[in-house]
Amino acid sequence: MSQYTAVHGEKVSLLRVLGPGHVWALGVGIVLVGEYMGWNFAVGKGGALAALIACWAAGMLYTCVAMIDSEVTSTVAAAGGQYAQAKHIVGPLMAFNVGLFLVFAYTMLEAANAITLGYLVQTVGGMAGFADTHDKPFIVLTIMFLAFLNYRGVYATLTFNLVLTAIAFVAILILFASVRPWTDEVLKPHELLNGLPYGWLGVLAAMHFGMWYYLGIEGTTQAAEEVRSPSRALPLGTMTGIITLLIAATMTWYICVGLMPWEYLGQAVTPLFDAARLTGSMPLMILLFIGTIFSTLASANGCINDASRAWFSMGRDRYLPQVFGAVHPKYRTPFRSIVFLVPVALIFAYFAPLDQVITFSILSGLLEYTFMAFNVLMFRKMWPLGTIRRGYVHPFHPLPAVVLLILCSMTYFAVFLGYGTQLLAMMVFYIVASLWFAFHRYKFVKRGDQFSMPWPRPVGH
Amino acid sequence: MAKTIYRPPVQSKLGQLIDSLFLLVLVLASLFVPVYFGLAGGGKTTLENTAKTWEGLGQNATMQAQWEKLGYTPETAHELIVSRFDYSFSVPALAITAFVVIAYFVFVFRWSKKEYKDVISERFDR
Repeated sequence: MSQYTAVHGEKVSLLRVLGPGHVWALGVGIVLVGEYMGWNFAVGKGGALAALIACWAAGMLYTCVAMIDSEVTSTVAAAGGQYAQAKHIVGPLMAFNVGLFLVFAYTMLEAANAITLGYLVQTVGGMAGFADTHDKPFIVLTIMFLAFLNYRGVYATLTFNLVLTAIAFVAILILFASVRPWTDEVLKPHELLNGLPYGWLGVLAAMHFGMWYYLGIEGTTQAAEEVRSPSRALPLGTMTGIITLLIAATMTWYICVGLMPWEYLGQAVTPLFDAARLTGSMPLMILLFIGTIFSTLASANGCINDASRAWFSMGRDRYLPQVFGAVHPKYRTPFRSIVFLVPVALIFAYFAPLDQVITFSILSGLLEYTFMAFNVLMFRKMWPLGTIRRGYVHPFHPLPAVVLLILCSMTYFAVFLGYGTQLLAMMVFYIVASLWFAFHRYKFVKRGDQFSMPWPRPVGH
Repeated sequence: MAKTIYRPPVQSKLGQLIDSLFLLVLVLASLFVPVYFGLAGGGKTTLENTAKTWEGLGQNATMQAQWEKLGYTPETAHELIVSRFDYSFSVPALAITAFVVIAYFVFVFRWSKKEYKDVISERFDR
């Protein structure tokens, strides 16, 4: 999350140095881990073919998200991404909720990354003859180590994360080439595919985890203040990111369904590593082990960075206790926010099953996308085209917002199928938190400071 | 019309601590407790009348070979293979869930609109 930072009492803005390639790396970097774990639960919910259809339908959902978000973020050139959008367009309570959506989508993704890493180490340890290897210490170590790096400000830079992501992406390409998909020597999709075990209801249900292929790609627009040409770089970087993920997801799907029975694939924790195991090739196993570790580390690192900065922004705006708005005097990091979120990530990573942790992350994302659809409708109404300078104007308005709302509604139903209690638990959390903010916290908020853009008064207000 | 700027109260350190603890407790009570006590997660059922053999579990020769490469026997794979999501649901349960989601958004947008008036008023009327 981009910020203004006070240095020696002066307000210093971020440098506009990023191009479309960096925007692409930001998005793909945090999301690529979705190819290494989690997507395959869509296979469990509807079968292999349902997971592929859900992958493409979720791709359409995220295309709408990218179109909408590129316009709003390239225009609301204030720190905080969707959180800042909500402050300027909807109001403080919505902004508080959007801040929480971001924090919990990222914190739960961080916990999911730690679970995957721990499980992989345990599996490989067992294969190497260390049968007593346990995943829990590695889960704790991963979260504590990355939190410490973020606390010290020695967190992986965009370039470092880009290298890890590039290696993880190349690992998928090498695996795809190695299984020779143009022959049926290794992959046996005709003998392993089994149609739609739950019928078309399963296709709908698979939308739940279909979102995992792309969840977090909207983070690209959080670099709005740092890109040289937002009108070009944001839509281009985000759309190429989605296309990259769509290609990687389809390749991942084809490799895995050609190697594993769907009943196994639908519950696997590390499907790509398992695919490498099934090829019987030790170099591929090592490569996919490295790819999984790198993708989970890069993603978890980005998640701690983004979640703590969202929490910090809310503390700075007094939506949360002001103590969270503090910057470390030496390391210049939001250290209290980083520390506060550690136990949350630890508890879920240590005690909760992977599919449920992922579901919490997906639900927070889903609530955020629902907000985005309404947000862009309000944005166009309050500041019609021509009244303010927009970095980018997305085409076919309001079609993308309407399609997004329809796809979000379908996904709520998909989560309800099988995970209805969790959906309600998440709603209880956001409802109680909203009441707490509306009737308690809001009195600490400085009203006029919530609107910082040099725009005219919104129409209707 | 010039409006008076709202001056928020300064929250004490104890108040900030209580608010921070409240948030932690809220996360644990609403999100973690249902998970920990097994109230959340996939509503599952199992296929019946499945023998613990590859044939009885409906696995062809290719599937059988892949299961074995992954280290499974029909006995250890049985639970994974017969597990199914239970997609049966009651219409009232769906209606309640839909109501909760819609009511949440209605409340948040309407209340935000009320707060937004304060923001716009202070930003543009002073």
